[in-house]
Amino acid sequence: MTLILPRESTRAHPPSLHPAYTSTVLRAPSKPLILVPHTLSELTGPVYGHDKVRESDSDLTRQHDGEPLGERIIVTGRVLDEDGRPVPSALVELWQCNAAGRYVHTRDQHPAPLDPNFTGAGRYLTGEDGRYRFTTVKPGAYPWRNHHNAWRPAHIHFSVFGPSFLSRLVTQMYFPGDPLFPFDPIFNGIPDERARNRLIARFDLETTQPEWALGYQFDIVLRGRDATPTEEPHDH
Amino acid sequence: MTTETRKDITRPDGISPSQTVGPFFHYGLTPGEAYPHVPVSADGHVAARGTPGEHIVVTGRVLDGEGQPVPDAMIEIWQADAEGRYAHPNDKRPRASNTFMGFGRSDTKADGTYRFETIKPGRVPGPGGRDQAPHLVVAVFGRGMLKQLHTRLYFSDEAANDGDAILALVPADRRQTLIATRDGQTYSLDIRLQGEDETVFFDV
Repeated sequence: MTLILPRESTRAHPPSLHPAYTSTVLRAPSKPLILVPHTLSELTGPVYGHDKVRESDSDLTRQHDGEPLGERIIVTGRVLDEDGRPVPSALVELWQCNAAGRYVHTRDQHPAPLDPNFTGAGRYLTGEDGRYRFTTVKPGAYPWRNHHNAWRPAHIHFSVFGPSFLSRLVTQMYFPGDPLFPFDPIFNGIPDERARNRLIARFDLETTQPEWALGYQFDIVLRGRDATPTEEPHDH
Repeated sequence: MTTETRKDITRPDGISPSQTVGPFFHYGLTPGEAYPHVPVSADGHVAARGTPGEHIVVTGRVLDGEGQPVPDAMIEIWQADAEGRYAHPNDKRPRASNTFMGFGRSDTKADGTYRFETIKPGRVPGPGGRDQAPHLVVAVFGRGMLKQLHTRLYFSDEAANDGDAILALVPADRRQTLIATRDGQTYSLDIRLQGEDETVFFDV
């Protein structure tokens, strides 16, 4: 397929400089970016095969001897292009803190307990339907030192590879109704409310498994569309 | 009949916006030896020993607006093989080797250093039917970075740099921020996120 990557789509992203998130102040470019054409270097990117990913990579509750503490959840959704077409063979990587709000990371000093049965890393390679699926526990909120009494809303980090290097996306998935949304400069770094809302998963009773786990749906839309002329989808 | 055949497709109202990788991405994205039970999707070993081409090391530091090392950044590179072929279906030309993927990922250490062991890429097609100079495309992620920055890395000993269509778009006095200098088999280039000698970042 011939890929096109519309530039205007990137307006959904936050700006590099967002002073309310204080670490951006010394890490954002001060000079204007230089506009360049898309060459073969930009229109290609790493291709992953199913040989790389094991089934156990996507169940974060079964990576240790025992089960982790916390609210068991299923997170599933589709990786889509800008036209809503599924993106097959997209590598989805995910990492998160445990139910108490503590990352297994050696640099996390938050005095909440580590869970010996939870690492919090997983990955999945989408099938033809673009769908991915993880089983995990709901991450906790945790404090950070950006400003006085700063707490991150509960979130799961996602890293996704699409059809090209420019489709590459690192983002975070949030949970519906989180009371911390209004106070979080990372979430609110996204200027457009509709774009922010695309990062909030939807609770789904259909995905929820009786006597087992709550289900959330989270679709991820990557930059890029197929340039091959096709019939336009009708919305009515 | 399009509503029948395409009923499962609704156009999204936009792409998913980016968010920072944060400070704690390592165990998920660059687990290395610190988190041995986490599977590795990519690391700094881009080219295996037997890969055809000139084997090189690409390294440098990531620095912030005050010139301080950034110890929690992540660099990803994407490149062609030694003959200038990408391991991707959009590159239709035949490849001599199908084992080279061309994708690498390195976190930065306490001193801000990233490092890749790879091969020098060949020239790839560019605008106007002219080949580009050998280069890596580079994405920079980090705590304090709400979205990745895109840049490129060129090689100081390549005469083709003078005719490269992308370098030609960069003001002459800033081109050196994209050109790694050679010492033996090692090419070095610092990435300065902000300031007087700021790296050129691209609007792609």
